[in-house]
Amino acid sequence: MLLKELTEASGVSGNEKNVRDLIISEIKDFVDSYKIDRIGNIIAYKKGKDTGKKLMVTAHMDEVGLMIKDIDNEGFIKFMPVGGIDKRILVSKPVLVGKDKLPGVIGAKPIHLQKPDERTKALNINDLYIDIGAKSKEEAEKYVSIGDYAIFDSEYIEFGEGLIKAKALDNRVGCSLLIKLIKEVTDISFYAVFTVMEEVGLVGAGPAAYEVDPDYAIILEGTLCYDMAKLDTHLIPTYINKGPALSLIDRTTVYNKNFRKRIVEIAEKNNIPYQFRKTSMGGNDSGKIHTTREGSITATISVPCRYIHSPASVMSINDYNNTFALLKEVLSQFEKEEI
Amino acid sequence: MNINFSLLKELVGIYGPASNERAIREYIENEIKEYVDEIEVDSLGNLIARKKGNGKKIMISAHMDQIGLMVIDIDDKGFLRFTNVGGISPYISISQRVVFENGTVGVIYHEPVDDISKLKLENMYIDIGAFSKEEAEKKVSIGDICIYKTDFEENENVVFTRYLDDRVGCFIAIEAIKNINNPLNDLYFVFSTQEEVGLRGAKTAAYRIDPDIGIALDVTAHGDTPKAKRFAIGLNKGAAIKVKDNSIICHPKIREILVNIAKENEIPYQMEVLEFGGTDSGAIHINKEGVPSGVISIPTRYVHSTVEMASKNDIINCVKLLIKFLENEINI
Amino acid sequence: METKVFLELLSNGKGISGYEYPLQSTIISAFEEHLDDVSVDKLGNVIGVKKGTYKDKENNIKIMLAAHMDEIGLMVKDIEENGFIRFTNIGGIDPRTILGQEVIVHGVEDLFGVIGSKPPHLQDASEQNKAIKMEDMTIDIGYPKEKVEELVSIGDPITIRRNVKDLLGKRIAGKALDDRAGVAALYECMKELEKIHHEADIYFVTTVQEEVSMAGALVSSYSINPDIGIAIDVGFGATPELPKSSTIELGKGPGITLGGNIHPNLRKKLVSIAKEYNIPNQVEISPGPTGTDARAMQITRDGIPSLLLSIPLRYMHTSVELLDMDDICNTGKLLAFFIASISNENLEGLLCY
Repeated sequence: MLLKELTEASGVSGNEKNVRDLIISEIKDFVDSYKIDRIGNIIAYKKGKDTGKKLMVTAHMDEVGLMIKDIDNEGFIKFMPVGGIDKRILVSKPVLVGKDKLPGVIGAKPIHLQKPDERTKALNINDLYIDIGAKSKEEAEKYVSIGDYAIFDSEYIEFGEGLIKAKALDNRVGCSLLIKLIKEVTDISFYAVFTVMEEVGLVGAGPAAYEVDPDYAIILEGTLCYDMAKLDTHLIPTYINKGPALSLIDRTTVYNKNFRKRIVEIAEKNNIPYQFRKTSMGGNDSGKIHTTREGSITATISVPCRYIHSPASVMSINDYNNTFALLKEVLSQFEKEEI
Repeated sequence: MNINFSLLKELVGIYGPASNERAIREYIENEIKEYVDEIEVDSLGNLIARKKGNGKKIMISAHMDQIGLMVIDIDDKGFLRFTNVGGISPYISISQRVVFENGTVGVIYHEPVDDISKLKLENMYIDIGAFSKEEAEKKVSIGDICIYKTDFEENENVVFTRYLDDRVGCFIAIEAIKNINNPLNDLYFVFSTQEEVGLRGAKTAAYRIDPDIGIALDVTAHGDTPKAKRFAIGLNKGAAIKVKDNSIICHPKIREILVNIAKENEIPYQMEVLEFGGTDSGAIHINKEGVPSGVISIPTRYVHSTVEMASKNDIINCVKLLIKFLENEINI
Repeated sequence: METKVFLELLSNGKGISGYEYPLQSTIISAFEEHLDDVSVDKLGNVIGVKKGTYKDKENNIKIMLAAHMDEIGLMVKDIEENGFIRFTNIGGIDPRTILGQEVIVHGVEDLFGVIGSKPPHLQDASEQNKAIKMEDMTIDIGYPKEKVEELVSIGDPITIRRNVKDLLGKRIAGKALDDRAGVAALYECMKELEKIHHEADIYFVTTVQEEVSMAGALVSSYSINPDIGIAIDVGFGATPELPKSSTIELGKGPGITLGGNIHPNLRKKLVSIAKEYNIPNQVEISPGPTGTDARAMQITRDGIPSLLLSIPLRYMHTSVELLDMDDICNTGKLLAFFIASISNENLEGLLCY
């Protein structure tokens, strides 16, 4: 399963090589051209019928993670977060450090030695460290260097009623959809772009958009889902199993209304469930893409993912399939020059 | 099943704080003696009644003691200072009436306090209406224990009264004693003492009996009132089968047997995962070489207040569940 | 079986306090290869016996070794209307260590679940400085409520899902190494004893419910009524945030506890044996009751002279407890040599105050 390989690959922002190699090996036989640009984005072109409009579909390759910043005298490894991580989810988790994926753990003080009020306060990143079992600084330095990246050690698992748990569903789910699109859509020209460093400030998207200069762009994402019981419905950004989420607004883009309406019509016509993403929090590559050069019209279509930016994020296979179905229909409308 | 709640009304009204259980013990002994084969009292005051059978030796424990207030000082004006016997809340105690074993009645009040949330028992006193120390001492001695005094109330759904904890457990045990004839198992019904101060009676009774299986009957808390702390137990939803509290993780097999019996006999039940508290099974299960133990709990609102409330249906279902369990051939 | 393989089976296995039975078969089959008799008592303790060489079989001395097999965990306490599970803890759990954790809910079948976390995007900055309370967390097993209710009951046990991770050298990390490491040390000891002559009858007990009540040690020491009771548990491994005085170091052998829970002369003997056989060890100080099975044994019946060995373990009561296999090996060896040094003849002298 491609999504398994993608989510288990290592690709912290700025260190996407592992994911990039995997993606290229998947798509190279299905595109007319591809290149890795000067900052690491993959820009691939697939030729089909010319619709007169330049379409770009993008997904970012990177994930949130950790970067090693110091090794102390006893061989414990200090780190800093890369991208938005709730520091509270790091405690008591296994991680994989460096290229060779060396196992380590982030421990915590035994409960027995804590004062009761300690437990009400979150631990700071500076209080946390990775233990790889080294007996000394020298031993640790044989395996780990400052600047190495670490990822969550979390396998891909299918569970419950058609759900998937994995790390980095944000945004390997987008990568997976885009790869599938490349493989299955043959009758329309589009640029498929896999960007770097979205999680640390939409770094890759700007240059990629500059290079491609699209008229339309569709951004594929794994997005926030927080469908808890007893929460007011306007506070629930998306639901699991209610179909692809269409973005209205986020911190980087106010999405084009007409493009969105058209997508909604296509969904309804084809009986594909969809939902709107009901929060203005977060942002994505669209922010850079729609403002590059003379600008472009963008839409973000996302698969809802519970617990994103944690080692165990969760999405639904149904949502994935419906998102893909919707994408495919939207692209086919481009072919008919109806967008 | 025909259940006579007037016996419950009697039981909650009889004096018997922890360590002073004589009156309630005598009452229960009198109530059950014709229905049991052997009856005895051990040195901690537990009442142990046996209904002989050839199967497993089962100890059924319901504690007959209740929480109370012990007089530790009588001041010059005749006011009584007190300490708690078991879990007594200062807030619940404000303006409650209390009664001593000799019938002396008093009322609890507190010194003026700026911040009522800081109220402690040491800032409270009992006023028995005496006008001097001498007069007070004629009625009450230091070391005497009094109990809350409120009326028994009931309607078609519920009873609410002082001391359902654990006279309702005693009531259920008595009903079982009366309704089981020719028992298959060897049944030791224990009306235990000093549960409220640390499961002390059950500990010695278990040692003496050395049972194969232990079952406690006691009240549990509730989670079905406005903004109650999350707890999946509510009134009128059936007998509660305990999974755990702070004194015991019930033996999985006993829990399973109770659930199966409830299902087979269509007795409504609910599973209880209590995050605090304890009951007699906590002492029984670690007796000697270990005793697989469980608990049938009676869902009760406002435990340790003067208005503990339980559903009549739940009580009846607890009786049914207990009887079916005891009549069953049990393989652990 | 390699001791490490055995420990991995145990650590990956599932058995919170009161629900240890899934581990029984693993332990029994491993023990049976090396012991004369293995049985399970009424509360689920596994008790294995290795007979000593003393002639008078009926009146031989008995040494009991206890390591607890239960682990801390969680339990279902309610099911939400959207099918999410509310839970409570069994044993001491820092709620901060379970956010974002994967779990197995032991319902009608074993069910995968995730303890969900709120996406950081939806939080304000101050939120992240407060630890989330356990009562505000939920487990997501990915089914709608009706299905969850078919599969899960209130009271079902829940374990953290974690497989042992091999770290550098002989160090490993995983869950429930407290105190399955102790069980592994028992295993190491019984293998060692096959090579040495010992007079006493040895009772290897993997106890239940240590984390909640020590019930297992209380009842098994009552039934065995040993002359000496030795608990093998874990001790706080040194890490940067802990004061040196309250920890023992990884890789430097078991901590030999000193204090009121421990019989002073037996302890001296144990230390002298360690010295004689060159087995590394450390001092661990605990003035009062130790909160381990050694405490339960000490107060059983008319009192049992007790010892406590602690295997150094970092991050106790998290799901990434970390230890050095060498410490387990040394603990097993030390136990075996100590056992071999006890005879019917010298015991009384050793127990004299």
